[in-house]
Amino acid sequence: MNLSILLWGIPQAMRVAARVYPDYAERLKERDVVAQIKLRDEPEVGRWIKLDNGRISTGKGIHANPDIAVVFKNEALAKSFLTPPFDQMERIDAAKNFKILLEGPDDLAIWFLATLSRLESVYWKAGTDMGNGVTRYTNGTNGGPLFVYVKDGKIIRTTPIDFTDEDEGTWSITARGRTFSPPRRMTLAAHGACQKSMVYSKDRLLYPMKRVDFDPDGERNPQNRGISEFERISWNEALDIVASEIRRAKAVGPGAIAVDHGSHHQWGNLGHYLCAFNRFWNLIGVTKLMHSPDSWEGWFWGAMHHWGNSARLGCPEFYGTVEDCLKEAEMIVFWSSDPDSTYGFEGTQRREWARELGIKMVHIDPFLNHTAAHLGGKWIAPRPQTDAALAQALCHVWITEGLYDKDFVDDKTTGFDQWKAYILGESDGIAKTPEWQEAETGVPARDVRALAREWGTKKTYLGAGSWGAGVGGACRGPTGMQWARMMAILGAMQGHGRPGYNFGNLQFGTPIDHNFYFPGYAEGGFSGDLAFSANSANNYQRMPHIVTMSTVRQSIPRMWFPEAITQGKSFGYITDVTTVQSQFFPFGYPSPGHVPVEMLYKYGSQLFGTMVGGNRWARAYQHPSLKFIVNQSVWHEGETPFSDIILPACTVFEKWDIGETFNCGPGYVHHFYTMNNHRVITMQHKCIEPLGESKSDYDIFAAVSAKLGLGAVYTEGGTSELDWVKRVFDSSDMARHVSWRQFLKKGYWVVPAEKEQARVPLANNWYYEGRKKDTPDPYPLPSDYTGEYLKGLQTPSGKFEFVPTTLGRIDDPDRPPLNQYMPTYENPERNPELEAFPLKLQTAHTRYAYHVMGDSTDSSLADIREHRVCKGGHYYLVARISSEDAEARGIRDDDLIRLWNRRGSVVCAAQVTGRLRPGTVSAYSGSAQYRPVGEPGRSTDLGGCVNMLNTKEPITKKGHGMKPNSVLIQVEKWTGADDWQPTAETV
Amino acid sequence: MAKKWNLIVDVARCDNCRLCFLAVKDEYVGNDFPGYSAAQPAVGQHKWLDIRRKERGAYPLVQARFMPVMCNHCDDAPCIKAATDGAVRKRPDGIVIIDPEKSKGQKKIAAACPYGAIYWNEEKQIPQAWTFDAHLLDQGWTRTRAEQACPLGVFRTIRVEDGEMMRIQAEEGLEVLRPELGTRPRVFYKNLHLMTTCFVGGTVVRHSDGVEECAAGVEVVLKQDGREVGRATTDTFGEFMIDGLEPGSSGYHLDLTGPSGRFSTRFDLGDESPYLGVLPLAAG
Repeated sequence: MNLSILLWGIPQAMRVAARVYPDYAERLKERDVVAQIKLRDEPEVGRWIKLDNGRISTGKGIHANPDIAVVFKNEALAKSFLTPPFDQMERIDAAKNFKILLEGPDDLAIWFLATLSRLESVYWKAGTDMGNGVTRYTNGTNGGPLFVYVKDGKIIRTTPIDFTDEDEGTWSITARGRTFSPPRRMTLAAHGACQKSMVYSKDRLLYPMKRVDFDPDGERNPQNRGISEFERISWNEALDIVASEIRRAKAVGPGAIAVDHGSHHQWGNLGHYLCAFNRFWNLIGVTKLMHSPDSWEGWFWGAMHHWGNSARLGCPEFYGTVEDCLKEAEMIVFWSSDPDSTYGFEGTQRREWARELGIKMVHIDPFLNHTAAHLGGKWIAPRPQTDAALAQALCHVWITEGLYDKDFVDDKTTGFDQWKAYILGESDGIAKTPEWQEAETGVPARDVRALAREWGTKKTYLGAGSWGAGVGGACRGPTGMQWARMMAILGAMQGHGRPGYNFGNLQFGTPIDHNFYFPGYAEGGFSGDLAFSANSANNYQRMPHIVTMSTVRQSIPRMWFPEAITQGKSFGYITDVTTVQSQFFPFGYPSPGHVPVEMLYKYGSQLFGTMVGGNRWARAYQHPSLKFIVNQSVWHEGETPFSDIILPACTVFEKWDIGETFNCGPGYVHHFYTMNNHRVITMQHKCIEPLGESKSDYDIFAAVSAKLGLGAVYTEGGTSELDWVKRVFDSSDMARHVSWRQFLKKGYWVVPAEKEQARVPLANNWYYEGRKKDTPDPYPLPSDYTGEYLKGLQTPSGKFEFVPTTLGRIDDPDRPPLNQYMPTYENPERNPELEAFPLKLQTAHTRYAYHVMGDSTDSSLADIREHRVCKGGHYYLVARISSEDAEARGIRDDDLIRLWNRRGSVVCAAQVTGRLRPGTVSAYSGSAQYRPVGEPGRSTDLGGCVNMLNTKEPITKKGHGMKPNSVLIQVEKWTGADDWQPTAETV
Repeated sequence: MAKKWNLIVDVARCDNCRLCFLAVKDEYVGNDFPGYSAAQPAVGQHKWLDIRRKERGAYPLVQARFMPVMCNHCDDAPCIKAATDGAVRKRPDGIVIIDPEKSKGQKKIAAACPYGAIYWNEEKQIPQAWTFDAHLLDQGWTRTRAEQACPLGVFRTIRVEDGEMMRIQAEEGLEVLRPELGTRPRVFYKNLHLMTTCFVGGTVVRHSDGVEECAAGVEVVLKQDGREVGRATTDTFGEFMIDGLEPGSSGYHLDLTGPSGRFSTRFDLGDESPYLGVLPLAAG
């Protein structure tokens, strides 16, 4: 088409859209502008469009005084740009190679471009009309996908998604004469089911706010963070302060701005911190807070060295294990494994099938956890963090009674002789017998012998950690590395990978299609970040977008951020999953050529509740060297007031996004969706308008970008969130099966089930059988094989190493190559100064909330008696205490009790139970609330931040992983009078 | 005979995941359904569907059991009798509705419920209870929100004639809460004995060359006043459990018989399920 006709068509299309859609007419009234479209090589060719209070006028040629201009290099480019269907690759190429330029104020230019691109999306229809003025939308949460029923702009109901006949995707497994098929629906976790109450929570941040005694041009009063009140300000004022502070800090030097986000975000590929947040900060250049793999610590720093699996954070493969377990296994040992907590109930049905088939269950955990209580079976309760001793005694029985896979050990492993000599006591004089472990673990020797013989003679699955293949539980503790290493060793001794012997508890490893491409959130959306997301694996090729990169090379280990601020230095190790030895790389703060941090931008999260020794943060946040703190959050949580400016973000229900349930990405948890019975991709509809003046994270960063002249770069020329969603859709295999319009309307799509013959091969079986690796996993990278590509494991020998070579290459007393049992937990017998603290605190992942998510003060979770208990108007976090320990202290159900040691003091509500080994207290580690009785960081907390009691000492001296478990505490009835003071690990 | 709504709750399947509880909160908090119910208070003690917990046994042989409880939609409902002005009515389909307008100020309606399932709304001065999701059933829903939300199959919402329900009740051994009150609930429980009865359990061991081993495959016979009331075989770990005993009953005699010996003991029951501890077999 002729260019002049194309240009003439633009204002015509705008007029039509404004006539049909009042929203579009309203948008045209937002800004007055004269926009010029022209060619660089033919300066007289073009068209101007003038908007004046929504009225459109236009003219051919060049306007004398335009506000903005869109300049194409030549006619061919302009024609291609303006003719649908649009070629995204060409657009990106034109933008990043300066073939198209924007002139004029950044915010006005991107507003105009967004107004043009809205010409396409204004015709799109979202949601299903249910009659009576009700529209049914869809959305995604960390706890699963939802239908969202909306009437008159208000969410009236959220429900799980039940499939209809038109949805495909259901597999079946035939095992022992029975055929099993999962229910045709998606189940939710509690933190997904409480979302309506979270949207309308009174804890929502609805307006930008400023601390009353913070004056950017005068006294900043950092010492009053967390104490002073806040006052409402306008968005414009807030954005001006934030933008000018960014400029000020950037002028100080590289690294003066530090940014931090939670470990997770609301669901969605675009709003995630790995996308909207990373893209913005890559354009600014910031000091990152380096997270440790804090749900995988023992696997990452320990087990990885035995078998590689670096990209799985040291955890084993899990492919195809549901089918194999149901067909072959005779027993499942759940070791520190509670999959029915935190992650929903997709796997619960599968475990019930196993129970129906008569597969025996054993549960090893100091707490009779929820999975164990529901499934039944033998409960073995070792003293917390002594599990490695129990595991070594199993090895002793297997070796002395010949109950292990000798062929596998001979052919496929190294170092067994040394391991055997240690277990038998030949090398250190101590045989690791069942009686030896009894003194350590408190588990009767007879139970260990019975378990070892059963395991050694029956096909057994080892469900290690929550997912059966890692995560949570005993790996997060002082002996977490020893435990995870023992899990790997137990697997190897039984030849994991042969049918019936593998890692799993039926939580992972469903027979769903692992090759169908839809990007996981960890692929970074439009972040353009090739360094700190899984973008480069697939997303970058699939969805053309502009690369971004931060030029600042400074990091701080998150768990020691307080020391970095208050003492001016810190030291950590890189969390890099590329290969095994990358975890040995140290980094220091400050970095060479960089400057100390003086501005902090917080994005969600509540570190008082999630970080060990949480009291340390109060001093850091109040430190005068931190001249400016922004908190951009959805909810007012415990640490929100420890800031100067609060920016209100909206929930996923108030913005556009897209995501697949439990799809994460390579290098994070690759094929995480194998936890589900179906792969379900959901449109995350903008179900309602943002509450109050809250905005989506993307819109907030776009607004700050515009103030800094980066708006066009950040938004790639005015791309809206909905436009990005369409680009993600187009990048995925889903676009080959369903039209955009159908998907946008219905809101979800189920990936079809594949033929049985096409199913993914069984995990670890290729190695057991001596084949090339045939599981669909991009790691190890080709350069990481010491032998032939795809042959062998990611270890120097290419074999399973009982005594890892890589641990011999560093000198770390916490993880010697031989996995000796070291009782490195706090113990009054070895630490007499801790005599006053006789109980061991377990701080596992939460059952109902997701870390702090869902734990707002008026979330519907608050009324769950096993989560929080209301006393005197406040909801106290529940702490479980054994009947014996409760009786000794006169504690009864729902009594307020104080849990304390020298690092922290927290008031909880008691649940007295026979489900705990006496001497053990259990409270979940994700409180969103922090309510110090007195001075922040130096008084008792009523909010439930039990992580305050955990130590900041690292799990290993040459790593910065945490060990948030099994510290010693005392418990007493709460009197209401607080005289507690921290005497350890404060800053 | 008209078809009426009934709810069957299987105690054995509940693990306190709370999704039913949250679904009821989701449905009723913030939503008025005129003619059916006024909005439930956002936070506080209103638990129109509540979950009661019961631990049976003691460390290290212990069970955790849970039971959803809600308005029973009784056919002979004490709340209907307590109400004035027809504030509580029984629908032909069996559902009991507390009228959110007419019931204003009638605290006695809440007090009348022997199950504690009616909650007093202090702000609105009305008694409130779970409506069986009548507003949804009337729109064509076939299940309650609780059933839809439950991942474990605890609930079955069924609409049948009363005769058919009696047949199902007998066939599946369903019980109602506190039948002695004669309220005739429409909420039926399966495996209720897991909340109401006791078990006895123990760990049986034997000694071989001075080494203590778990005694598997040992026959366990429980007699009460000379009559056999239960039987079990110890598992790999020497553990056994015999269930379904009446709390407070007495005169029990337990006999263990295995290849390596015997053990006998007597006990009476209190309110709780006893764990008898480690029981050593002795020769003879």
